[in-house]
Amino acid sequence: MSSRLLVEVRKNKHAYILMAPYFLIFGVFTVFPVVLSFLLSFTHFNMLQLPSWAGFSNYARLLVKDDVFLIALKNTMLFAVITGPISYMACFLFAWLINELPPKLRALLTLVLYAPTIAGNMYLIWSLLFSADSYGYINSFLMKWGFILEPIQWLQDPRYILGIMIIVQLWLSLGTSFLAFIAGLQTVNKSLYEAGAIDGIRNRWQELWFITLPSMRPQLMFGAIIQITNAFAVAEISIYLIGFPSVDYAGHTIVTHLIDYGMIRFDMGYASAIATFLFGLMLLTNLVTQRLLRKVGE
Amino acid sequence: MAFPLVFTVSNAFKPLDEIFLFPPRFFVRHPTLTNFTVMVDIFADSWVPFSRYLFNSFFIAIVGTAGHVIIASAAAYPLAKLKFPGRNVLFSVVVLSLMFSAYVTAVPNYMTISWLGMLNTYWAILLPAFGSTLGLYLMKQFMEQIPDELIEAGKIDGASEYRIFWQLVMPVVKPAWLTLIIFSLQGLWTNGSVTSHKYIYSEQLKTVDYVFGQIANGGIARTGPVAAVTFLMMLVPITVFIITQSNVIQTMTTSGMKE
Repeated sequence: MSSRLLVEVRKNKHAYILMAPYFLIFGVFTVFPVVLSFLLSFTHFNMLQLPSWAGFSNYARLLVKDDVFLIALKNTMLFAVITGPISYMACFLFAWLINELPPKLRALLTLVLYAPTIAGNMYLIWSLLFSADSYGYINSFLMKWGFILEPIQWLQDPRYILGIMIIVQLWLSLGTSFLAFIAGLQTVNKSLYEAGAIDGIRNRWQELWFITLPSMRPQLMFGAIIQITNAFAVAEISIYLIGFPSVDYAGHTIVTHLIDYGMIRFDMGYASAIATFLFGLMLLTNLVTQRLLRKVGE
Repeated sequence: MAFPLVFTVSNAFKPLDEIFLFPPRFFVRHPTLTNFTVMVDIFADSWVPFSRYLFNSFFIAIVGTAGHVIIASAAAYPLAKLKFPGRNVLFSVVVLSLMFSAYVTAVPNYMTISWLGMLNTYWAILLPAFGSTLGLYLMKQFMEQIPDELIEAGKIDGASEYRIFWQLVMPVVKPAWLTLIIFSLQGLWTNGSVTSHKYIYSEQLKTVDYVFGQIANGGIARTGPVAAVTFLMMLVPITVFIITQSNVIQTMTTSGMKE
């Protein structure tokens, strides 16, 4: 058995040579830290003393004792369930809509749609919009038209915080997956459409469902994973726009909870347990999504 | 959607009184170049010449991106198109690693870089960028679309795996690596300061966006030059974006793959 494996390996030595540089670096800078963090989740580790074995106590504390974590979990789930699917579909829809434009025009429109991701100053703009005094754009607009009499503390009021985070994330939707879908639409084999026309594809929707989407399955899978990781790992919007910590933990997410313990309290064992829990959550969502994506085009 | 771009451009040309106007106006009323001249004056005083920061930024962005695209694509080809023992395991590990929070891996990463003696060198930024996960996953997914007949045809013609990869596969997945160039360049260009804070201490090795951050730290008196700097920082990724995006066009039809 093992000698057969050896023969197989030798036969494919070119494959291993091509992969060697990447996986060497990947192993050192990604696999090793991830495995180490996973192991640390079973220890108490304050980054000064050596880690001491803790068994499952970090996980027990996370799920049973930590009330703030439950708030973070609730916020993250709500955020992910709303922004994940909407962003994903928006990415595909816009990529599909602009796909058949001439290259120059398409590049320009892509830039406009991708602008929020590339500009890098979006938190400034959103904090101007949601500024708490009567000069903030939204408050001044609402007051001018008489919807409200006094300015609303948008970014400090727990009733609005999560909603604002969701709006900003949706505005940021057209990022990585959007570009991947645009490139993906360009690599769909054009002769499939001609063949489809002969096979009785009648309209653009049938073409989309029976030809375009199935041909783009690899990109759709890629986009799904990117959207899942973006949606569940939300932290920056909360930190830079709402502030950290947020009022009543209304903008607290799993990753801001992790940052709290890892970077501020230096409780690396507990922070690693949070990271592992989040990993499990994403993995589960990913399995469900992959199953759904397999049904596309059937 | 283009609002942030317009806002940045117009802000860079605003005189100080318009920048501080609240609520701010979208468009500039009396355009001026003062912000840029003030910015140049600040750089004239800097201890390390500005051209050095600029070189560092371009060096890291270009070498990091080129290295990542080539190394990740080389690994993606076997994963997508060749059958060998360990293929599924390797690929699963890559996808799984995308889901682990970078905040907890930061500490082990710092220790590794320190053990390897790469602190305070370009390598501390370049090497992790080469092995970044996104590129491999993106390239692998695109290569899966390539018909097996194309690779078979290459093999029948006697091409080695390396030639098939470089001369057959890479041209077909051009839209993918053009897109990957944007992701990688954008990341290295604007997030360089985060990494250089962590791993690089020498002033001579720091990047432009780190220096720009320093200008911004000068506080409210620097608001004008900061607006100019924000605008200039945006130019590079946007230029690359426009060039690559207008080249993302139907490669399938141009590479003779009509069956």
